[in-house]
Amino acid sequence: GFTSKADPQGSGRITAQVIEHLERLALVDFGSCEAVARLEKAIAFADRLRAVDTDGVEPMESVLEDRCLYLRSDNVVEGNCADELLQNSHRVVEEYFVAPPGNISLPKLDEQEPFPHS
Amino acid sequence: MLGRTLQEVSAALKQGQITPTELCQKCLSLIKKTKFLNAYITVSEEVALKQAEESEKRYKNGQSLGDLDGIPVAVKDNFSTSGIETTCASNMLKGYIPPYNATVVQKLLDQGALLMGKTNLDEFAMGSGSTDGIFGPVKNPWSYSKQYREKRKQNPHSKNEDSDWLITGGSSGGSAAAVSAFTCYAALGSDTGGSTRNPAAHCGLVGFKPSYGLVSRHGLIPLVNSMDVPGILTRCVDDAAIVLGALAGPDPKDSTTVHDPINKPFMLPSLADVSKLCIGIPKEYLIPELSSEVRSLWSKAADLFESEGAKVLEVSLPHTSYSIVCYHVLCTSEVASNMARFDGLQYGHRCDINVSTEAMYAATRREGFNDVVRGRILSGNFFLLKENYENYFVKAQKVRRLIANDFVNAFNSGVDVLLTPTTLSEAVPYLEFIKEDNRTRSAQDDIFTQAVNMAGLPAVSIPVALSNQGLPIGLQFIGRAFCDQQLLTVAKWFEKQVMHVLCKKGEKEKHYKRKKKSLVTSPSDITLRNNIEELHGQNTKKEIK
Repeated sequence: GFTSKADPQGSGRITAQVIEHLERLALVDFGSCEAVARLEKAIAFADRLRAVDTDGVEPMESVLEDRCLYLRSDNVVEGNCADELLQNSHRVVEEYFVAPPGNISLPKLDEQEPFPHS
Repeated sequence: MLGRTLQEVSAALKQGQITPTELCQKCLSLIKKTKFLNAYITVSEEVALKQAEESEKRYKNGQSLGDLDGIPVAVKDNFSTSGIETTCASNMLKGYIPPYNATVVQKLLDQGALLMGKTNLDEFAMGSGSTDGIFGPVKNPWSYSKQYREKRKQNPHSKNEDSDWLITGGSSGGSAAAVSAFTCYAALGSDTGGSTRNPAAHCGLVGFKPSYGLVSRHGLIPLVNSMDVPGILTRCVDDAAIVLGALAGPDPKDSTTVHDPINKPFMLPSLADVSKLCIGIPKEYLIPELSSEVRSLWSKAADLFESEGAKVLEVSLPHTSYSIVCYHVLCTSEVASNMARFDGLQYGHRCDINVSTEAMYAATRREGFNDVVRGRILSGNFFLLKENYENYFVKAQKVRRLIANDFVNAFNSGVDVLLTPTTLSEAVPYLEFIKEDNRTRSAQDDIFTQAVNMAGLPAVSIPVALSNQGLPIGLQFIGRAFCDQQLLTVAKWFEKQVMHVLCKKGEKEKHYKRKKKSLVTSPSDITLRNNIEELHGQNTKKEIK
């Protein structure tokens, strides 16, 4: 796997389990040891936040938190553009986007074919 | 004509000195000649000419739509444009043709602007060099300016003439190169961490980032929803104000736009005196990595304000050193969420695998995204894991509040506008830039610009002077939230003090002797006005790869 070649100075947080978990969640693969090393560097960088005292500080989600969000009235004013939207898809049948079968998990890391090195 | 400002050309159109079609054709011709810059991904020639024709009819009937009617503009390729390919410089969206216009694009078109094309960027706007897109890097037009070339000739180590071309900065490098090379009068960029201001500084332009919530994001393919804003690149502050006037305002399609009344048109008063103004200088922005030239210009700018009667105060933004880390966590987390929509089903690239939806999504995304994008998605997902959420994501959100509060405190101490550098130094050569990876570069280059995005404040980079290498350097002004007009008014005053406008060489000498306080250290134009022939000459002589 990738962890055996990962940075020995690394936080050790990137276990094979974590890699697999992230790849399943993100549906994006690491693809190489460099990518794992990069993630470890990114985490080490983010760890600097620990030095900040945030006791009693509320998280900020939006700079506009003090304002109200305006809602449109619930009237349909546009739409009926199925044809236009379907045109952008690679696989359609009549008015449907066609997807492969679901409910099939990605194979686990060791069952997969090795990724080509970039 | 191509070297004029938007305002000047608009007047020329109204007076019939030139027609929209003539203007359009000149710009299209120059786009072809400057193809080597790689500023444009798509040139919408037919669309632009048709728009020019319609604009011409309006002018003939005395019914022009306003200051933007007939004006060539360019749009960064992460804004949706109906019927025109929108790629975000990514394989994921190559060939994607949106069925709608982004609100800001629609507003420009409604004002009669001519859409010259879609400009190049870093893939999905992730980067600070405009080097990481699938269509290749953008070259800074200043690489070919007379001043820079002369300086390089003195360097015995420079090999072939084009090996040391400079980056534009990013991620809106294509837009910056397009305006800087005179192929259009204004361009839209996006600004999430400095992506409009950074290339503006490196290309000698005005790069304006509006307050978050002032301009609609509908149709801007999102990177970080809580920080993205459309940005404006022009050659002078008045031009930026004209474009802002067309774009600002609430949009029912973007619920994060505010509904405050805005005074339109966005006319900027000419400040007669700055004695009532208070300029803040954040002391934490004076870092060792700042080049001595930029530091010196920053200092001279502060002195200029003081000598003209303004109050200049040192202020403190204590959490500055953490802002880049905080940005890194929040950005990657939001990216992880925003990039989830690219699964190949409804639009964009789709791979050939059909075993299962998950396998199809995974392969599509592997093929569609470059390393930078994938890296950020994975980092973001890491920070959002249940076991990490509090310690990274929520922690970063708390630090964000502290950073935003730093600015509030600075403005509450009586400061009207903050003055800071925009970048650490002038534009660097591409070969130099790529020695470090994207994340490292972004962390370095965004240092003065990204805190502004976290606080949602308006900011603008103004070209100030040329470096010893003959390259543009900009300084940044930061204003209070929704005080965009005031910010631009101050910027306009400052611009007037430093800019040499339309001076011929001889007059420049006279102009110099008259000006007692000048920040410009060399008698050369800040913009490329006099070098346009040089640019043409360079291109016709050889093909630059």
